[in-house]
Amino acid sequence: MAHGRSLDDAAAPDLHSEHQILNMGPSHPATHGTVKFLIELDGETIVDLDIQVGYLHRGFEKECESGTWYQAIPYTDRLNYNSAILANIGYCLAVEKLLAIETPERCQWLRTMSGELARLADHLTRCGAACLELAAMTPFLYGIEARELAWDLCETLCGARVTSNYVRIGGVKHDMPDAFPDLARRNIARIRELLRDYESVVTQNRLFVDRLRGTGVLSKEDLIRYAVTGPLLRAAGVPLDLRKDQPYLKYAEVDFDVPVGEVGDNYDRYLVCVEEMQQSLRIVEQCVAALEKLGPGPVNVDDPRVRWPAKGRVFNKMEELIQQFKAVTEGPMVPPGEAYQAIESANGELGFYLVSDGTAQPWKVRCRPPSLINLQPMPIMLRGAMLADLIPTFDFINMIGGECDR
Amino acid sequence: MDDFGSAALRRLLDGLPDAVLATHAQHGDATAIVAPARVVEVLRFLRDAPGLEFDVLSDLCAVDYLRYPDREGPRFEVVYHLLSTRHLHRLRVKAGVPEVPAQIDSCVDVWPAADWMEREVFDLYGIRFRNHPDLRRLLLYEEFEGHPLRKDYPKERRQPLVGPRN
Repeated sequence: MAHGRSLDDAAAPDLHSEHQILNMGPSHPATHGTVKFLIELDGETIVDLDIQVGYLHRGFEKECESGTWYQAIPYTDRLNYNSAILANIGYCLAVEKLLAIETPERCQWLRTMSGELARLADHLTRCGAACLELAAMTPFLYGIEARELAWDLCETLCGARVTSNYVRIGGVKHDMPDAFPDLARRNIARIRELLRDYESVVTQNRLFVDRLRGTGVLSKEDLIRYAVTGPLLRAAGVPLDLRKDQPYLKYAEVDFDVPVGEVGDNYDRYLVCVEEMQQSLRIVEQCVAALEKLGPGPVNVDDPRVRWPAKGRVFNKMEELIQQFKAVTEGPMVPPGEAYQAIESANGELGFYLVSDGTAQPWKVRCRPPSLINLQPMPIMLRGAMLADLIPTFDFINMIGGECDR
Repeated sequence: MDDFGSAALRRLLDGLPDAVLATHAQHGDATAIVAPARVVEVLRFLRDAPGLEFDVLSDLCAVDYLRYPDREGPRFEVVYHLLSTRHLHRLRVKAGVPEVPAQIDSCVDVWPAADWMEREVFDLYGIRFRNHPDLRRLLLYEEFEGHPLRKDYPKERRQPLVGPRN
């Protein structure tokens, strides 16, 4: 900089050198998610950053505590709306833990499959939108076309594309339709083509790589101290993936790899996400095959505490009529106690900590939101970086307002 | 409870016998209920003790047990969920917090991850964390009156309208 006698010395006193405070958000076209950054800038360099979250706070926990155990499921859809089924699964597994219920095999395969479709859609949104926010429209469209195909599968499976409300306590809403396996194979083949196209314009693209490589770095020690999980942690070389490390559903029976990065910059995060999409497709294929091999069977647990009796019996038997009446008007009773269940969501560890007082109303529904917790160390990733580095870093943190703010 | 969970609880009981009030393992989740005044010491022990190494504070939240059936003891509980990335095991630590004064020591010094989690608990439950570096509301706005996740906060309660700031 200004050493010795130079023009800089003479000009320095006149230069405007105070730090500038920049408000970014809460609604900004280059961030997907409603969040406000208060950025202290020295020129274009970020000196400090305060993140203000909560714009999408709608009292998720309070609402859950004032309904029945079942009525919380649609709220979980709206946590991370890019991968709603994963939140459904996390919540229902936690309730099932309190009830000590084991779901039928077919149900577990369906949950594994639908969860991976949701993860795929989530990663496609993250990677697609990252390109868009770095001013590349074409790869975004490849990503979104692939996401449409994944959502077509969700729609065929559960009747809705985004907020699917598919999983039930002790089961799923219904089995997959007969046409699903063929459609799945067709769509997966097309998604693979689109991913190839997407990667061919992005992965080696100089402009893209220069924006990502070396930006937003955080060491694995710091990531662990900040409880960051998911692709962010794996990109830094820590292979922590609850699907492998604390397997639930059918993850112990499917074959998939956990990609890890090296330095933990945005480019590693991108590579990890792209590879995870390929792995998700692999898992979906294995689940479809397993479901076909398994043949027809129950998708709901046969437990009168949580599942309604068959309609025919409700119409003709007194006990079943009473049972259905109580199930509808009161909802299932969950024995008193507490349980914590964590699953690997698209953003990392999504946990539900439930407390029951033995009634049909949850006493406490705590959602451990990976979006919020992964966002926390963002100022450390960005201190000393350029303002423009904020965009890809925020993209790959993939904060989802619905889950972050609850 | 699996072997690691019971071994971890035993280690904790051996290391800090008078800090642990009770243990249980409901639904397989190893849990230690500890004296609130010793909670930071317990968490630091669990983080550093060789063989335990609970290096991740997965989650920190609170529960309001106001009018919970057949329950005695302090009104609030602060709940810590720990994860060991080396041993891939979890442990739950709970500490009671009375209604007055609703406060407990902050564990930001043990894990910086606790910063926002404690701010959220302060925001929604009004529990103050002593020695927290920056204890302000996280999700709600400054002018919000009350703490909505307390059981005596009615869901329908309306809040004053606040104009734009800056």
